[in-house]
Order: sequence, then structure tokens, then C-alpha cells
Amino acid sequence: METITLTVKKVPELYLECEGLNPDTLAGKSVDQIAKIPMYQGKEISTLGEYFTVAGTSGATAADTKIVVNGDCSKMKYIGSKMTAGEMVVNSDCDMYTGSWMSGGKLLVKGNVHSFCGLAIKGGEFTIEGNAGNYLAAAYRGDWRGMSGGVLRVKGNAGSDVASFMTGGTLIIEGSVDIHLGTHMEGGKIILKGNANRRVGGQLVKGEIYVFGTINVMMPGYKKTGEVDLEVDGTKAKFDEYIGDLGERHPKKKGETVYGKLFMKK
Amino acid sequence: MSEYIIKNGHVFDPVQGIKGDKKDIAVKDGKIVDKVGSSAKTIDAKGKTVMAGALDIHAHVAGPKVNAGRWYRPEDKHFDSHKVPGITRIEGGKSIPTVFKTGYAYARMGFTFVMEAAMPPMYARHVHEEIHDTPIIDEAALPVFGNNWFILEYLKNQEIENTAAYIAWILRQTKGYGVKCVNPGGTEAWAWGLNCLTIHDPVPYFDITPAEIITGLIAANEYLGLPHSMHLHQNDLGNPGNYTVTLDSLKLAEGIKPKNNFGREQVLHSTHLQFHSYGGDSFANIDSKAKEVMDYVNKQKNLTIDTGQVTLDETTTMTADGPFEHHLHALNHLKWFNVDVELETGAGVVPYIYSPNVSVNAIQWAIGLELALFAKDPERCFITTDHPNAGPFTRYPRVYSWLMSKKIRDERLNTFKNADKIIGATYLAEIDREISLYELAQMTRSGPARALGLGKDYGGLAVGMNADIAIYNIDPDNFPTTGADIEKAFANVAYLFKDGKICVEEGKIVDMGNKHTFWVDAKVNENKQVMHDIKEKFLKYYSLSENNYPVPESYAPHQHILTVDAVQ
Repeated sequence: METITLTVKKVPELYLECEGLNPDTLAGKSVDQIAKIPMYQGKEISTLGEYFTVAGTSGATAADTKIVVNGDCSKMKYIGSKMTAGEMVVNSDCDMYTGSWMSGGKLLVKGNVHSFCGLAIKGGEFTIEGNAGNYLAAAYRGDWRGMSGGVLRVKGNAGSDVASFMTGGTLIIEGSVDIHLGTHMEGGKIILKGNANRRVGGQLVKGEIYVFGTINVMMPGYKKTGEVDLEVDGTKAKFDEYIGDLGERHPKKKGETVYGKLFMKK
Repeated sequence: MSEYIIKNGHVFDPVQGIKGDKKDIAVKDGKIVDKVGSSAKTIDAKGKTVMAGALDIHAHVAGPKVNAGRWYRPEDKHFDSHKVPGITRIEGGKSIPTVFKTGYAYARMGFTFVMEAAMPPMYARHVHEEIHDTPIIDEAALPVFGNNWFILEYLKNQEIENTAAYIAWILRQTKGYGVKCVNPGGTEAWAWGLNCLTIHDPVPYFDITPAEIITGLIAANEYLGLPHSMHLHQNDLGNPGNYTVTLDSLKLAEGIKPKNNFGREQVLHSTHLQFHSYGGDSFANIDSKAKEVMDYVNKQKNLTIDTGQVTLDETTTMTADGPFEHHLHALNHLKWFNVDVELETGAGVVPYIYSPNVSVNAIQWAIGLELALFAKDPERCFITTDHPNAGPFTRYPRVYSWLMSKKIRDERLNTFKNADKIIGATYLAEIDREISLYELAQMTRSGPARALGLGKDYGGLAVGMNADIAIYNIDPDNFPTTGADIEKAFANVAYLFKDGKICVEEGKIVDMGNKHTFWVDAKVNENKQVMHDIKEKFLKYYSLSENNYPVPESYAPHQHILTVDAVQ
């Protein structure tokens, strides 16, 4: 695997839209070609090279390409978005849409990310060492297709509306979240190590939510069905099992109604 | 104004019967002329195809329900937010593009006229605001009448003269072009939680049937002698087995003769017929009845149709057929928008994904193509996608490639997930016909122009006609063989002349042209009864005053008015 190192040399005045900053775009390009990748700031087109110094070499394919980004990326959007393979390490905070629509590869952000990150992620591994904002792993505004695959891990906290319209994959939040976790969820698994505020699993059709901490106010559409022993993300414990959201439509499989499940660690 | 001479192009003009002959076309002052002076600019069209500007007879491109789609589907324009260099604005949206993209994309494909297919009279101002903001292309809008309380009451008593007087009043108030009728009676029934699924289901309260509404509106349309015929979206759209309702509806036009001074030969235009040509009795055994429907249409000279071709894309359905949209939402669980427009109509919007892996969608795709391929008279069968209902209009180039090449459409047909089932349920595999460039010009130029009553000035290249001209990078002697090449050629004109001005060059917008809004001013006898009824309904029922109802001239400053005299 070849490594390309990008170092921020100018912080954008507005916000830089780094739709081209992923292994797929950089693969097979020389340092000069990479510096000429177009990037928008507001309505103006500029280039990657205007904001970053480029060093190293890229691999022939995305899978052979590792990108290391140094410097302040807190005003850069779309970093690692739509990546399908390869590796990226960002040693900074990032703005919105980081790792959104990614379908493969590994993305590591060693800082915080803003809202709308990991939107509609389909595959790969996305790890955030700091905190995430609102709408993490959710669907894009208006869309009904949220996270559908891959593994997304946040070591800190996340905001509101996390994992709206999730349909697959695994989301692990090691800290706490605010309101509206897993709204409209229709598949996949959310593991919350900390606490949730209110409205967990509202309008949830299918899927599983594991909560290690507390839920401030429980949704009325959940019914306790028993207790189970589980191993969740390496922790063995006893959980209370709930089904829900009973106010929502639920599909049938082999004559049985399929409910979403909520597990609360005892 | 500049003069041009378009030299050595292969001209396809059904109006003059020119089938690809090399012919020079001269343009002066926005018109096609006999000859121009030596200072005229020469356009070299050697090895290219020259046609009149195309006309789209049925698309939803402006107004409140299109805008509802735009605001409730921000995901439709995601990744389209960048401004490209040039004179164009940001082009956002795929199935529900911005007005700017609508104008540019039609122009790039060689279109110069688009009919907005459903205008709620009460929201006509909004429709005209959007039409006014849509660059380059000429547009008009059809107000909807099939569920309007005035119409239902007049037609219940068979008062054709009053119906006609009310239509004339609405056309003038809304700057409308003709008579659209969507799911006659069914949308009013929807306000009662019901629908009209055959032409004999009575409308609640009004106690009138869809059949009476259809025949009454045809009679009123011919009483007025409007440029376009009654434009019908039949009952029971989208349901298996609905082709019998379609044939019942079309038969209502039997024996009626067109009466107008615009050269229009039909009395009924049946729109997006693909959605109305289904056999079977459930979505499990749905099959094509395109042959049965087209056998009837081919015999009846006073009918025109458009296809409503499914393009196999993610799109946004929108129609004044409110109950249908609720039905669709119950099938796909995607977000549903619904509105009732007081005394006049209603509408619904639901996103929909036509997937090649879903048998019903693939069968719908085949039926749309079959309708065009079974048409004996291409002057009466027009290609549409009922934009955006069966797919975005930007897919016309791909639709043309399926119609013009058996190889390309068979490749698509044979690679569907359930290809055997689809081939068994449709006629398409047995059809060898390939639409020629001349027939394409009939289906997209001369045909729709005549059906809209615009055949005198539009849809052809004869001397004296309007200089709306599309030149494609297509050499008829060396027609492109791959789908991608055909699409590229039809998606990016070499040149588009609009009113004698070059607006597009090699697929790039170079001028915003002089767009016009077409509407029909019909003069009728003074009718005290109708004027009284209008006053009374505004006082009693409407949430706005009669004075705030009309579309002021400032909303359509560049108007092209067609005048009809129906005073008796």
C-alpha cells in the first residue's frame, strides 16, 4: 500500500467541499495531478493544491492507497465521502459529511466530526476518536435510506437524530447521545455504551438497539418481554428485552410479526 | 435580427414530407424563409440531422405540486449544487429539477415547447411564476376541470353552453391553454375518502358519473373550438386489468367530429396511456394489453395518445389523481404529500423507484414501448415520460434509443431479473419495428404540434413557420449503433434555434432566448347565469376573493395569445 500525505497549508475562509478527497479519486494520480483536483469553496472552484501540500505516492487502485491528512480540517466537508476502498487517517477535527456514503475501506478521524457524518454508509469501517454531531449515520435530509452496512464507531458522544432510517450495519457509540436515536430504523444494530436522552427507537420497524446506560424518558410504544444474557461488543451482561415500536407498521415473516428490539443493560 | 442559412443538413420534416433529403434552411427575423442575403451566417450541417424544435405535450414542470416535490425531496438535488462556468445558473434536481434546469435540459435535447399538464386554477399564479422563470422554452398550462364543482353541477344538468362559458372564463382568469381532466370524479370522490374506478361509478353528492364528465367536457371543448382537444387522464390509473376502463373511456369519443380553426383532428387526447393498458387482476399476474388498446386507437382517427414511458429510474410521482397517490404510498411506504384544492381539484406526491428487478416495473417499461411500436399513425402517438411520473424528461434520449433500435431494447429486455416472466407478459420480444428519424419527427414535432392546434407555425420547417430548429450530431447514413452514442447525440444538440436565435451550441447554453407563455382567449356570449354562479361560489365557499383570483399580466409578461371566437 502506498501513502499520500496531505498537509493543510491554508485554512479556507468559508468551507472547502472536499468531495474529491478520498482514495478513489487520488488513486493512480501523480502528486501534480492530485494538486489539480477541483474543489469548491462557495461558488468558486479552486484546487486541492491551493489548500494542501501533497507528498508521497498514491497506489494504482483505491485499495492500494492510504491517505494521511495533517493540519486543521475543521472547515472541510466531505472528507472520505464515497470512498469504496483503501485507508484514510485524518489527524484533525472535520466538518460535515465526513465519511458519508462510504462503501468500503477504513476511515479514521482522530478528532471530532460535525453533523451529518457517516450518512447512508454502506460498508467499510469508520472510526471517530472524538465526538460526533447530529444526524450521525442517518439518511440525508429528506431521504429514507440511512446507514445500511459497515461498522461505525464513535469513541466520544454523539448528538441528536443519530441513525435515523438505519437499515443495516453496526453503529457503536461509546459515549452518550441526545434525543431521537434510531428513529424510523428498519434494520441494523445500534450499541450505545452511555446514556440516551429521550425518544429512543421512535417509529422503529425492525432492528436492535442496545443501551448500557439509561434512557431519560422511554417511548410509550415499547413493551418488556423478558430478560436475556448477551455478549455485546465484548461485554457480557444481563439485559431487559423490549419489543417495539408498537405504534408502527411491522412486517410478517413466516406468519410471525417481526418487531424491533430494545435491550437495556441491567 | 440575424439571418442564418443552415446548409447541407439531412432534413426530417413531416409537415413537408421531407425524409432526410439534403436541403438548406434559411432563417430570418425568427421565421423560416425562402432565401436570405449573402451576409447571412452559414451553419454547416453536413452529416447532421435537422428537425423542427420538439414539443412535449404532457409534463409536470411548474406549479404547486412540482414545488411540493422539490421542497419535500431535498435528496433529489443533492450533489447538484455546484455552479458550472458559463451563463447558466446552478442546475439542481433529477426528477424534479429547478425551473432553470428544466429550461436548459429541454433546450439541450432540442425541445422548444412544453405543456404543463395540470394547473389547479386557484394556484395558477404560482404556475405562471415558475413558467416565467423557466428559460428558453415556450410553455403553456392546462387547467384541470374533471373534478371542479361548477363543471360537475353544469354537466349533471347537461348544460354544455354554461360549461363552455365557465371554461372560457377560467382560461382567461388563469391564462390557461385548454381542458385537462384528471381521474374524472375520482379526485372529488377522494375528498369523501372514495374513488371512481370505472366510468360509471357515481361521484358522491354530485351524483354524476365519469362518463358524463368526459362526454360533457369533450362537447364543451368542441363548442368553444379550442386549439387543443380535451386532454384526459382516465380513471383507474395504474391498476391491473384497467385496460377495459380505458377502452370504455376512449369509446365515449366515437362519432364526435373536431370543430376548430387550428387544424386539430382529434377530439380526445388520452395521456400516459402506458399506465392505463394493463391486463390481469393483480400485480402478480399483470400483463400487457398495449395491443388491444392500440388496435382500438389505430382505428379511431379522432384520438391522439401519449405513451408515459417508464424509464427505470428513481423518480417523484405527482398527479391531481389524489386517491392514486395514497394507494401508491400504501404500496411503497415512502413519504406522501396530499392536498385538496377547495372547489377545484386535489393532488398527491410520492417518490417511486422503478427497478429493473421488479417485474411490474419491467412490464410497465415494455408496455410504454409497445404503445409507440404498435402505433400505425405516428402523427397521433407522442412519446412522453409523463415527467416525472414514469421517469424524468431528461431520459428522452434513452427512450428514443429503445424505440429506434431493436438490439438495444432487446438487450435491456433480456437482462431483466425476471426476463422470462416479463417476455411472457408482454408483446415486446416479438416486435421488430424500429422507429425511423422521420417517424420520430412525427411523434415529437409535427404530431404534437397539430394536436395542440399549433401546427400552422410549429413542429415543421416549411417557409413561414417559426424558426425553432434542432440540429443533431446524427448522420442518418451512419446512424449511431450503441445506446450511449444515440443518447449522447439526442441529449446534446449541435445547435438549437429558438425563434431564429441560437440558444444552444454543442450542448452548451449560449443564449436564454425569448420564452413565451401561450394561452387561449375564448370569446363567448355574455352568460349572466355563469357570472352569477361564480360570484356566489366565491362568496359562499372560496377562501379567497374573486378579485384575487385572476393571473395578472405581470405574471406572464411575454404572452402569446391564441384567440377563439365562440360567440353565437
